[in-house]
Amino acid sequence: MSTSLLLTQLLNGIQLGVLLFLLASGLTLVFGIMSFVNLAHGSLYMMGAYFAAAAYNAFGGSFLAAGVAAVGGTLILGLIIERVLLTTLYRRDHLDQVLATFGLILFFNEVVRAIWGPASVYMNVPTWLTGTVDLFGLPYPSYRFAIIAVGLAVGVALYLVIHRTRVGMLIRAGATHPEMVSALGVNIKGLNSVVFALGAALAGLAGLMAGPIVSVQSGMGEPILILTLVVIVTGGIGSIRGAFYGALLVGVVDTVGRIFLPMALREVLERSVAQAAGPAIASMLIYLLMAAVLALRPQGLFPVKHG
Amino acid sequence: MAERQATANALPEPAARRSRLVTASRGVAALVLVLLALVPVWATVMKEPFYITLFTRILIFALAAVGLNLILGYGGMVSFGHAMYIGVGAYAVGLLSHHGIHNGWLHLASALVVGAMLALAVGAICLRTSGMAFIMITLAFAQMLFFLAISLKEYGGDDGMPIAKRSDFGWFTLDQPITLYYVAFVLLLLMLGLCARLLNARFGMVLQGAKGNDRRMAALGFPVFRYRLAAYVISALVCVVAGVLMANLTKFVAPSYMAWSVSGELIVMTVLGGLGTLLGPVVGAAVLLLLEELLSSFKLGWGTVDALIQQHWLGLIGIFIVAIVLLMKQGLYGWFVARDRRAKDAP
Repeated sequence: MSTSLLLTQLLNGIQLGVLLFLLASGLTLVFGIMSFVNLAHGSLYMMGAYFAAAAYNAFGGSFLAAGVAAVGGTLILGLIIERVLLTTLYRRDHLDQVLATFGLILFFNEVVRAIWGPASVYMNVPTWLTGTVDLFGLPYPSYRFAIIAVGLAVGVALYLVIHRTRVGMLIRAGATHPEMVSALGVNIKGLNSVVFALGAALAGLAGLMAGPIVSVQSGMGEPILILTLVVIVTGGIGSIRGAFYGALLVGVVDTVGRIFLPMALREVLERSVAQAAGPAIASMLIYLLMAAVLALRPQGLFPVKHG
Repeated sequence: MAERQATANALPEPAARRSRLVTASRGVAALVLVLLALVPVWATVMKEPFYITLFTRILIFALAAVGLNLILGYGGMVSFGHAMYIGVGAYAVGLLSHHGIHNGWLHLASALVVGAMLALAVGAICLRTSGMAFIMITLAFAQMLFFLAISLKEYGGDDGMPIAKRSDFGWFTLDQPITLYYVAFVLLLLMLGLCARLLNARFGMVLQGAKGNDRRMAALGFPVFRYRLAAYVISALVCVVAGVLMANLTKFVAPSYMAWSVSGELIVMTVLGGLGTLLGPVVGAAVLLLLEELLSSFKLGWGTVDALIQQHWLGLIGIFIVAIVLLMKQGLYGWFVARDRRAKDAP
């Protein structure tokens, strides 16, 4: 159990956490403002990854093209979904929203299978990020490091937009008092579209960043969607701050737990028992974390403060 | 005289309308149940034993959806994790058979005990939240159990494992497809009867009242949390029984039984048939599963279109679900129920 292994796993955990944050921030904003639950958020992530991989392969390995396609593509897709479908769903209850977006997941999974086939699509890390970064004498892949950097940058940018700009002010106001905001002459429909498209673009960005390190395939959005839901519930629904800390917490606990829990169990239990129980408990760890958080604080760790 | 005339005009035979025994929804319900009862006869005459298997599946999902409807339709609790209890039932059969225990009563009892304990714990945590968070948490717990099943390498892990022998209930076994079918059918009827009783009893009234306004119910002195938890556990146990039947039908158990999409399908069935109607989930389960069957073996002789639909039928189901949500508020069977209610309320 060396320090370098711990540090590497910690960084891997932060990297997963940052990806989760990209998804969770969009989802939690859409929920906070429109009180809309979008299960198809994972599908937007998947579409982002597919757009990225398709552009990457079409333009001879240009990561820039992949980025434009992923972020731009999901932005437009998000706008279309919002305009066509969601405007009628805002007024419905959560059950209808869950069902409709569940239908969308099935639909998008088959769309990518029909267009890109059932096999995984691959894209590579850009050449200038193929090396490793030296962190206190510890070599760490540059690309994973870049993911962390991008995620933290997005976090800072989101904080600035929400707390320092007029749009951010409207978003915060819309989250608590939508009728009042609309009565003051703000186009709340337009605001909804902006927020939804922004969330979609962030999901697309997550898909782009994850593209080279995971296999891009149909259904890739669901596991990460469920992790994102865990993040949101743990962090407090509707809160960007909660999404940020929740994402890092879930990312680190999941990654580090998978490595060190089996190791720790081997110390105290018999080998065969530890071998069987270790992975089982490790895979349940974040759900246990969530259950513990909810048992103690049903509103999540960082609930939104109204008023 | 004139006075009596006026009264009679104002209330044209209300008693006759209210006490009407034969209503459209009751007619549809009776028709559905009679048709379901006759499926094995028809399949035997047509020499198509496959239909017995298909309809047993429908009955099992109908049973699970009826269980879910108890909290979803009547209690307003959107559980997105009820497939987990189907998994508990199926794995109880799988694990015990794996270790050479084939006694069906033991299968059922252990499934129910484990399911009840799990549902009590999960329900107690989940019911601390409501609305959106409740949906997400039930989903997360189901996922937890899903990953637990995947990590059980000794019991097949990701791939699942075959079950050597079906549950043996002493004086009958489930080896004959027809026996299994009628066992599922009788269980479904029992469950429908139990639901009808429960919902008209104090318990069901409190549950439905809490759906409308839980603070008011609490103010009336009802411990809403306990009522909800009890309803949650009952509905989970119905799904556990469905899981036991499912393992016996397929002679196979796999983590995919409790995949989150199964939980989604259960909700779709309930909503498609009619939320908060007794027979809605049965109708919904039948329609959804038959539609899936139809699309996945689509054949009109159109070559590429056939192939496209057969391969990507799940996408069409997705569109279908979106369309139901947008266009149909009451559900298929719910439409008849609402129609009867209008007829009853109309002067």
